[in-house]
Order: sequence, then structure tokens, then C-alpha cells
Amino acid sequence: MEDKNPIAQSAGRIKFWTKVLLPLILVGILLLIFVKFGPLGVFKSNIVPIEKIFIQRVVFSPEHISLEVFNDGPEPVTIAQVLVNDAYWKFAMSPSNILNPLDKGLIDIDYPWLEGDFEKITLVSRNGVTFEKEIEVASITPVFNSFYLKTFALLGIYVGVIPVLLGLLWLPFLRMLKERWYSFLLALTVGLLIFLGFDALAESFDLLEAMPNAYNGIGIILIGFTLSILTLSAISYKSEHHRQIKGEHFQALIFGYLIALGIGLHNLGEGLAIGSAYAVGEVALGSLLVIGFMIHNVTEGVAIVAPLTRFVRQVGNFYFHLVIMGLLAGAPTIIGAVIGGFAYSPALAVLFLSIGAGAIFDVSYDIMHYMTKGRWMSLFTITNVLGFLAGLLIMYATGFLVVG
Amino acid sequence: MLETQKAIPKKAKLPLLALFLIAGFLLFKLFMPDNAAAQESPEYQKLKQIAKDYCSDPTSTDSRCLKSFEDLKNSDDSKSSHFQRLQATAQEQFGIIGEYTSEDFDPMQYLTTWNFNNLPPEERKKVYKESRLPDGKTLREYWIFAEDKEIEIAPGVFFPAWTYNGQVPAPTIRATEGDRIIIYFTNKGTKPHTMHFHGIHNASMDGAMTEDFVYPGKSFTYEFEAEPFGVHLFHCHSVPIKQHISKGLYGAYIVDPRNDTRAKPGKELVMIMNAFDTNFDEENEVYAVNSKAFYYALNPIKVKKDELIRIYLIKNVEFDPINSFHLHATFFDEYRTGTRLEANAYTDIVSMVQGERSIIDVRFKYSGMYMFHAHVSEFTELGWMGFFEVTD
Repeated sequence: MEDKNPIAQSAGRIKFWTKVLLPLILVGILLLIFVKFGPLGVFKSNIVPIEKIFIQRVVFSPEHISLEVFNDGPEPVTIAQVLVNDAYWKFAMSPSNILNPLDKGLIDIDYPWLEGDFEKITLVSRNGVTFEKEIEVASITPVFNSFYLKTFALLGIYVGVIPVLLGLLWLPFLRMLKERWYSFLLALTVGLLIFLGFDALAESFDLLEAMPNAYNGIGIILIGFTLSILTLSAISYKSEHHRQIKGEHFQALIFGYLIALGIGLHNLGEGLAIGSAYAVGEVALGSLLVIGFMIHNVTEGVAIVAPLTRFVRQVGNFYFHLVIMGLLAGAPTIIGAVIGGFAYSPALAVLFLSIGAGAIFDVSYDIMHYMTKGRWMSLFTITNVLGFLAGLLIMYATGFLVVG
Repeated sequence: MLETQKAIPKKAKLPLLALFLIAGFLLFKLFMPDNAAAQESPEYQKLKQIAKDYCSDPTSTDSRCLKSFEDLKNSDDSKSSHFQRLQATAQEQFGIIGEYTSEDFDPMQYLTTWNFNNLPPEERKKVYKESRLPDGKTLREYWIFAEDKEIEIAPGVFFPAWTYNGQVPAPTIRATEGDRIIIYFTNKGTKPHTMHFHGIHNASMDGAMTEDFVYPGKSFTYEFEAEPFGVHLFHCHSVPIKQHISKGLYGAYIVDPRNDTRAKPGKELVMIMNAFDTNFDEENEVYAVNSKAFYYALNPIKVKKDELIRIYLIKNVEFDPINSFHLHATFFDEYRTGTRLEANAYTDIVSMVQGERSIIDVRFKYSGMYMFHAHVSEFTELGWMGFFEVTD
């Protein structure tokens, strides 16, 4: 067939590509005309250019401060002088004092900053525009060494792994409950998860402020959120038949893993945020706060284990699965804390928090779907509603413990 | 199959729990950081210990003291000297970076310039004329214009200023008590401006009422007698006033007494303490004396030992009510507003509010470098600082 009519075929191919490329070519020509003859000047305003510089990261080392800066505006910006705590201080900037839009630069200042003090850094541009960064409590920025690696890993273990595993330890108690409580437990899980999902979304929206506008954080949230929901939904649609054959205990196991995964992604984002906040001295992670996080995150373990209470005996290697789930949910906090501590990027935290939120909402939906057994209204029994509210309230109440 | 699965968890539950707890404990143990080492770097710890043990009397025979001095001596190892080097570097980096690139305004020349005496005669004639009136008095005529101009106030930092004759501060006007002064003022700027003189004059020459405003492209002639003697100020009085002043429309107006009984100065200097709000948030980012931050720190003012130096000092900083002038290692006579021939104070610091001024008579007893600056340290570190280089 292909050999038979090569001319017609190649003609067809040309037709195809013309159809694909024609709009692009036209756009290109239009752009060319626009730049060459077009009224571009109309859009160019005569007012003082808007200069925007975003100070992304401040690194403190002995008698030295480094800044990572980013041009978040439409115009090139020249950094002419630097003020530290309202005093002019000499600085070195690489690669150049002129930052083009979307360019990154590094500013080094030898300054006698004080451990534990408030520090304010102001960049003064050629046009006298100022860009400020305030650090509430300055402290040495961790450098990548075994000590800080341990610290951040420990932080992750405290905040992520231990509480989740502790939550799992409620299994024997939950199993003692009568059969009709199972539905209550599922509703409770949904309550916990919905709260966590909103929490993750809210946290990612909060982080937008710490991000240059040019990164388009809302876009990241949207993509992360929908991506995870769609991926998980596609997987569960694909495996629907398989799961039905395997029975309810398999379904519960899948729920457990999905919840663990969602919580894990959420914790990865949370770990990033905590690690970086600790590293830049924005929070003093006192022991109280760490304990608060531990108690708050115990609920995550409960959320994982609740759907499984009825199927402990049916699932082979149950405790093995449980430990894996605990690690899946908790261990990402370690990774997050380590990355956040050494190489923080708000964009990364936003991405993982929104992916986590998506996964959590998806699995909440799945659990509710399972609970309904085909009739949505049957979801709203008194037991279920109470369970759901209990889940929300537990999260809300333990949330008071993590007021940084 | 089902039987065995039922059986194992029941038996394994307790050991599993125990195993779990042991694993948790080991994890704790493994990752527990050494807290003391965590909080302080070794060199910091060492310095702290030395400070703690330090005894003020080096001749003390107390064994602990001896030990601490021994430590101090030994502390000069690579680590602590490394830290001291870092400290020294950080101290040295104080101040602005870079060099002034625009040369249209020379603060050094401004110090000793009045009535355009810096210009060659031909040029000077265009802006300043001196003649004798029939009644024997001196007539001084000035051609002043207002103009928008970008000026460099710190190396690489430019300010969109409003200026008199293209400079901030404006050219200094200087006359002797009783002289006739005529100023032909033209507004070449973009906003209404005036020239408002501190002095004694007719209300129609005050340049402060709405009807006195000189609109862009328009002109006005100010005419008055120079009185009283002293160091005065002129500035634009259009509204918003603080904007017109902080944008740069001000200058020195000096009236010399007809019969001065004081010693004749070897050197006279005009200094206006000013500041610039570069981002227009009603707080100043750059402070200076005569506009350029740290200029006299980079280029010390050269004077002779024992020579009488007279400084005409004016405070013209908007947004900050108080500024001060402090001179190191010597004291001086202060004549407030310069309107009396007797000094008001013998001091080393003058504090002034907006628009205040003083004449300062100083002689340096020793040669060397002497700092002068605002004793409001914040302003010092934002640019208001300089040096006198005193030579024999």
C-alpha cells in the first residue's frame, strides 16, 4: 500500500503538515510584522520602569551573608548598593550587577551579623528602588554535613515516621470495636483526610507568597492537584475489575496504600516547608513544637489503619504491609526535611503539597464511594456524619499543638 | 491456609510490638545529635571559654588566670585566626561600593563656591553680576533657573531631582549686610516652583503663597536687601512643600556682617546636611552632607593645622526632624544662625531641626585624619560621614 502510491502519499503528508503548521507560520509572520512595523510603542509606557527583585534565599555563615536574588519584573535591574540593617555595606554580586528578567544572581556581603538577631537587608537599584528582606531570627545556615543531615533526618523521623507508626499502634484497639463501628471509622478517616487535604492546599497557597510571581504558583497548584487526582482515578478505573475479583480485603489494602501515599506526598511538602523554615531561622523548632507535630500527625496513622481493621486476618503478611504503609506515609518527611534544609525551593514544596492534596481528596472520594455501595444518599447515616465530624474535630484540636 | 494465617499474628503480635519499640529506640539513639556540639562551632566555644575564664590582670598569679592567658596565647591557631580574619573582613566592608561616575557636580568644589566664583569670568558674567548703585550700595544680580535633572547621590544610584541651575544643593548666594540682591528666576522644570528666602524682606518677595508660584516656562524677579547677617537658607515653597524640598530645591544664602570683629578665617566651607528618599516612601535612603553619600570620606577635606576654619552649616533633611554635626577630637565655637558675633557654645556637637543653621569656627590642634558625621548613627551609616585631613 505504501509503495503503491508514493506521490499521493507524500502529497498527503505535506497536506497534513501544512494543516498542522499553518497557524504557527501565520503567528510567526504576524509577530515579525508586529515587531517590524507594528504599534509596539503603544504598549511601551513612559512611566518609571517597574523594577522587581525577589530575594529567594538568605544564607548566613560566620561574618558573611549570601543572598539568592531573582528578577521577577519585566525590566532589567541594576543593583547599585546594599544596605544591611540600614547601613551601607560593600558587596560582591555574581554573575553581574545587572539582572535581566528571570535572571538569578548571588550577592555576597561580609557583615558582622548577630546570632539570634533580627537582620534586614535592602538592595538599592540604580533608580533608587529598594528591595527588602527581613530575617526575624538569624542563625547559621546549615551546610551539608553529617551533623545537619542527622538533624534533618531526625526532624523527619520525629515529625513523620514516629507519629504515623504510633497511630498504627491503635490497630488492636480499633479491632476491638464492634462491627457497626467500622463504618464510623471509615467516616472518621474521610474526615481526617479531608481536613488534611484542605490543610495541604491552604499551605501551598500560603507558600505562593514566598515565590516569585514569574513561577506562576497557581499553575503549579492546579497541575499538581489535578495530575494526582487524574492519575489515581485512571489507575483505579483500570484496576476496578481486578479488585472486584480479589474481594473487599484487597480493596481495603489498596485504600491503606493510597491513603499512605497521599499522606506521604503531603508530608514530603510539609517536610520541605519545615526543613527550610528551620534552616532559615523562621521557626524555632522547640521541643514543644516537635511534640505538637508528633501528636497532630498520629492522626495520620489512624487514617491509614482504620479502613483495614476488619481485614487483618484476610490480608497476608498484614503487619509487613502495615509497616510499609507507615514508612510510605512518614518517611517522605525525612526526605522533605533534608531537601528543605539544604536546598529549599518554595516551588517544590508547592508542587508536592498540591500533589498530596489531590491524592488525599482522591482517596477520600474512593472511600466514600466504597461506603455508599452504589447509593450516594446511604452515606449520610448518623454514624457516618458523626464519624466525619469527629475526624475534622480531631484534626482541628490537635492543630492547636503546632502553632509555630 | 486460613488457619495458619489466623494463628501467626496472634502469637507474633507481642514480639512484633517489642521489636518495633526496640527498633524505634535504636533509631532515636542513632540519630540523637550531640546537643552541645550542635549549638556552637568549636572555635566559638573556645573563644567563649576564654572569655569566661579571662582575668583582667595579666600579672595575676592565679592558676586559672595563668591558664586562661595560656589558652589565649594558644588560641592563635589556624582556626581562631581564621575567625578573626573573617571578622576583620566584615568590618572593612562597611560603606558604599563603587565610584562616583557623573562629574557634573563636585562636592569638593561646592564647599568653597559662592556667587559662581568657580566659573571662568566669561561664564560667570552670564549668571552673576556685581555693580555699584548710585547710593553707594553693592548690587548683586543672579540668574537662577529651576530644572529637572537626574543626579548621582551614591555610586551608581541616581535620583530624579528638581534642581536650581542643575545642581543640588543650589549655587550658594552670598552678600554683605545691606547689599541689594536681584534674582531673575526662570522655571524650566515641569512643576510650579518658587524661591523662598529666609531673611528680612517684603511679603511680595516671599515666594510662598499660591499666587507667588512660578509656573513652568514663566519667570519672576526677586528683589530685596541682604539682612540680617548670618547663614540662611532658600528653598522652593510650592506644594506639596516637603516634596519640593526633598526633591532638591534648596541652597545656602550667606549674609556677611558689615563689621566683623571675629578673627578672619583661613578657609570657609559651605555644608548642607541633606538626604534623599529614593523610593518615595517618605523615609530617606541616602544621607549626606552636600548630596553625595560618603563623598568626604572617600575624598577627605584638606585643611591646615591651627588654621581657622569657618563652616556654614545648614540642616535640610526632610522626613527626619533631627540631624546633627559632630566633629572628632576637637571642639569648636558655634554661632547659632550666625546672627550674633559672640559664640553661643563651645562644643563638639550641634543638633539641628529642619531649616536650622549655624556658623562653626574650628581650629585643629593636631594633624591627622578627623572624622565628622551625624551623631545620629543611623544617618552616619547611610552616608552622612566624612573626614578632615589636617596637615602641618
